[in-house]
Amino acid sequence: MVAEEQVWEALAEIPDPEIPVISLVELGVIRGVEIEDGRVRVDFTPTFLGCPAIEVMQTAMAERIRELGAEPEVRVLADDSWSTDRITPEGREKLREAGFAPPAPREAGAPTLVQLQSQAFRCPYCGSSDTALENIFGPTPCRSLRYCRTCRQPFEQFKTI
Amino acid sequence: MSERAELLLGIADDELVLGWRDSEWTGIAPFLEEDVAFSSIAQNEIGHARALYELAAQELGTTADELAFDRQPEEYRCCRLVELRLPDWEHTIARHWLYEEADAARLERLKASDDPEVAGLAEKIDREEVYHRMHAQMWFDRLKDEPRFVAAVDELRPLIDVRDGHSPELTELWEQMTEVRRSQPAGTTW
Repeated sequence: MVAEEQVWEALAEIPDPEIPVISLVELGVIRGVEIEDGRVRVDFTPTFLGCPAIEVMQTAMAERIRELGAEPEVRVLADDSWSTDRITPEGREKLREAGFAPPAPREAGAPTLVQLQSQAFRCPYCGSSDTALENIFGPTPCRSLRYCRTCRQPFEQFKTI
Repeated sequence: MSERAELLLGIADDELVLGWRDSEWTGIAPFLEEDVAFSSIAQNEIGHARALYELAAQELGTTADELAFDRQPEEYRCCRLVELRLPDWEHTIARHWLYEEADAARLERLKASDDPEVAGLAEKIDREEVYHRMHAQMWFDRLKDEPRFVAAVDELRPLIDVRDGHSPELTELWEQMTEVRRSQPAGTTW
């Protein structure tokens, strides 16, 4: 009989397919684990619905649960009860170390272009706040492109959701 | 078909078809940053389509893929605006801005729905669309005094409400979009 803790431990070993320095648990996308009669149900919310890695993540989670000897059911919860505020402190630090500025906290109002163009975002390499928005969009829907004028490095900014 | 399924399919078809049209800029946009932007927007719109089709598919006892690709062109419920192949920048930005404005209003209505699944999905989609709207508005502000852009907005604006009958361009797009899937027997696992 598989225990919930074992499932969380197994899921914590799955890297994010696009940003492999961070695990799915650190990314905060796993919303819940339920165990009933040898079946393990995992609820997860993708950062963006257009994330190209949703199926890869579902398959990886199902495989790890099967390895524990249980039957997996991985559900995608497509609602607004998740936000990038759920990325763990360890996850945020790993993002920063890998050259991604972590997302700003979600505010009551939606983010604006003026905010993104402001210098509120620090360069993950040198810590300077003299950074500029290059592109709202990037290699995946969850990322924007920025440039640090101090150390002259481009870097990626995790979007607030 | 229930009113709910019809509503979901109409929005999903808009997002799928627009996603395909936006993706036509991949590799050929006038500059690299817009190549990245339109490709990312396209990917996200298709992700919204998938989530909407999945919700409709649960009710209709089918799958998102079957709804997206196994219907005939005349069964799609998308608006005329998203169907058109627009290989110039002013029309592309005009459509992008018009669509995002109309989509924002539609999402506000859906967020107030009594159906928790519909309202929840609309909330999630709306959070993501914020970034599309930011991009559309940035371009609108840049081009709003350009006569070619103003003319494109005026020309395309009425097409957002046209949902009866399709242009031949939708059939052409459908042929491209479903070509690989139609090349194998129905029920093939991909």
